[in-house]
Amino acid sequence: MTQEAGQRMLMAGNNAIARGAYEAGVYFASGYPGTPSTEILEVISQFSEIKAQWAANEKVAFDEAMGVAMSGKRALCSMKYVGLNVAADSFMVFPFAGTVGGFVVISADDPGMYSSQNEQDNRYFARLAQIPMIEPSDPQEAKDYLKLAYELSEKFSTPVLFRTSMRVSHSKGMVTLGERNEVGEGKSFVKDVPSWVVPIFAKALKAKLDAKLAAISDYVETYQYNRIEKGKGKLGVITSGASYTYTKEILPEASVLKLAVTYPLPKQTILDFCARYDKVYIIEELDSFIEDQIRAWGVTNLSGKDIFPRTGEFSPDVLAKCLFDEQPVNDFSKEFNIISRPPQLCAGCPHRGAYLALKKSGAIVTGDIGCYTLGALPPLGAMHTSFAMGTSVGNAFGFELGGINKVAAVIGDATFIHGGIPSLIDVVYNGGNTTVVILDNSTTGMTGHQEHPATGQTLQGKEAPKLDLVNLVKALGVKHVQVADPFDQKAMLQAINEALANEGPSVVITNRPCIFSRGEKHRPKTPYVIDQDICTQCGACQRIGCPAVLPGEQATIDDVSCTGCSLCAQACKFDAIYLKGE
Amino acid sequence: MSNVTNVLLCGVGGQGVLLASEVLALVAAEEKAQVKQTEVHGVAQRGGSVVSHLRFGDLVYSPTVRTGTGDILVAFERLEAVRYGHYLKPGGLMLINDIEVMPGQMGEYQPYPTGIIEFLQSKAFKIEEIPATALAKAHGNSKVSSLIILGALSSYLDLSQQAWERVIRKRIPPKLVDINLQAFKVGVEMAQAKAQAAVDRAECN
Repeated sequence: MTQEAGQRMLMAGNNAIARGAYEAGVYFASGYPGTPSTEILEVISQFSEIKAQWAANEKVAFDEAMGVAMSGKRALCSMKYVGLNVAADSFMVFPFAGTVGGFVVISADDPGMYSSQNEQDNRYFARLAQIPMIEPSDPQEAKDYLKLAYELSEKFSTPVLFRTSMRVSHSKGMVTLGERNEVGEGKSFVKDVPSWVVPIFAKALKAKLDAKLAAISDYVETYQYNRIEKGKGKLGVITSGASYTYTKEILPEASVLKLAVTYPLPKQTILDFCARYDKVYIIEELDSFIEDQIRAWGVTNLSGKDIFPRTGEFSPDVLAKCLFDEQPVNDFSKEFNIISRPPQLCAGCPHRGAYLALKKSGAIVTGDIGCYTLGALPPLGAMHTSFAMGTSVGNAFGFELGGINKVAAVIGDATFIHGGIPSLIDVVYNGGNTTVVILDNSTTGMTGHQEHPATGQTLQGKEAPKLDLVNLVKALGVKHVQVADPFDQKAMLQAINEALANEGPSVVITNRPCIFSRGEKHRPKTPYVIDQDICTQCGACQRIGCPAVLPGEQATIDDVSCTGCSLCAQACKFDAIYLKGE
Repeated sequence: MSNVTNVLLCGVGGQGVLLASEVLALVAAEEKAQVKQTEVHGVAQRGGSVVSHLRFGDLVYSPTVRTGTGDILVAFERLEAVRYGHYLKPGGLMLINDIEVMPGQMGEYQPYPTGIIEFLQSKAFKIEEIPATALAKAHGNSKVSSLIILGALSSYLDLSQQAWERVIRKRIPPKLVDINLQAFKVGVEMAQAKAQAAVDRAECN
């Protein structure tokens, strides 16, 4: 659909952020896929005016965008909130120097942990790094506030944290489009060692950073986008982001101080606002970030985390329950003994073959972040730890150092590139015997099949040099490297057992692509069928956890979702499962 | 905010719930001042439970629907109607595609529950079962069942047939527009026939 200035159209928050980048005249955007942020860069990549690329990880994305900003152009980097943990090293130091071109970092938080390993309130990062933070509450604001973020960034020569949440990023609303504002040739990088070589001049630069934050604090006191919506009565609310939309549903009469900039807070504005009302509710998802600061100023007519939860996502129902003790309508599915629909590896997923073999090997499996984390759940139950991106490899080495020997790390191709490589170098360097199984499915699966350095394509689908994982791990010093087919159970188990028995570091790389990858999606597939006369109903085919093997006393195979991977046939001891048509 | 219409669409990943809710949101966007739509993306892409919230009217803030306030719940699968039924207001309309998709099993085998419709009727909702999947198969393409469901839904919403057709033409790939428009019409006619049958029954009584 065409998108022209002045047009009003339905857009998701992430699409609106991307449109905001376009309108703001952003020159460069980088990022790493992560729910709920992924679509931002995918949509940006459709604008030919913006150079956009996936980075190997969030710190790399940050460093590239930072370089572009230092060169004088507007730059953006986008990531899931945990990505900011990875980028934090540069994120914390860059503010000491400031920026030349506008620089905005997008952190997409996930209150409620819909698709995340933890719950973390990234607003603290703005305070920690002493930089301003902007939070939109709906798609229109997502677009407009991104432009404001660039203005703030350039006005004060500072990076700006743009914090969105799952509900803002993944909700659609009406957005009025604007023109692209080509920023043109502005300032450019000037060699000036005391400004840019931070470690040597950090003391002087810290004083400058403190002064800058004080100036920004003054500026936001009269910032028109921190707006007061005057209501009726003696009740006030201070809120921002998605919480604002719930507030307007549940407290339509209250006076609202709606913050666009949530760091630094406009102290005098807030003190005056609080003085005007008998009671002020601080309605903020996750931690008491705003509330704690206001309480520290001595304000007492507040109510915040004494009634609202510190964990989980807010909703109009949550607010009504906390404010008026209005219970949400009872979820009656429980009285019906409803059965759940647990997430599971897809029919034909190559990870299943790796896990079935790993389970047979009896190893302790340290896991990582990706679709393959589902291998921890029954009936596979073949992964025993999982924390953060790239953690599996160091953890496996650690188990070994702790005296447990039969351990394998399992890590996806994108995750290995993101955060596994330094750990494997360390295993080699420190003489470990660690086994690493790289589940190479040739895509970034869980976030929706993004390209990465080992897929041979860029964000825009152009051909790119393809990182060779086999030669990479060999170059790191791993001598025992095997490529194995996860759909050949005998070969896969043999490769894993040999790797586990090997003295010295070992790597097994699986070689089957994700069923949704470019090459696989449209490949014609022949399903398997079960010969009911031979079947003994032993249940072995159902214990591989494939959704195409339909549950029931008598197993059958769904010929629509079956991809013909053959794992069920290999699990059958009675040769009752055969390729359709044979 | 009484002029806001709240609709929920639910089903199983892969059934086309998200495409259908996008089409509905685009149609509402053509005719209403404000539209908000939200859903959860995540790890449960296929085979998991999916729900999409849609709200449209003069002034809409929250994208999420409060429990007990939904005007219409559209279930692309029977069991999902039970899972999200509490979002519907008392006496609200449930449009249920009459198919059963067996959930994947994690532990001990659990059979698909029986008595779903009777259970929901005991909750005093208006229930319309529609054979969308069977009709789609009869028309030669099981993938158009979501457009049949939308066609049926359109009969209960204050959105013009012209807007539906415009959006389907814009949003669906050109090759598939005709078959999807036909499917939509099948859904409209089915809902009209049901309404007529209800009128006839009332007159007999």
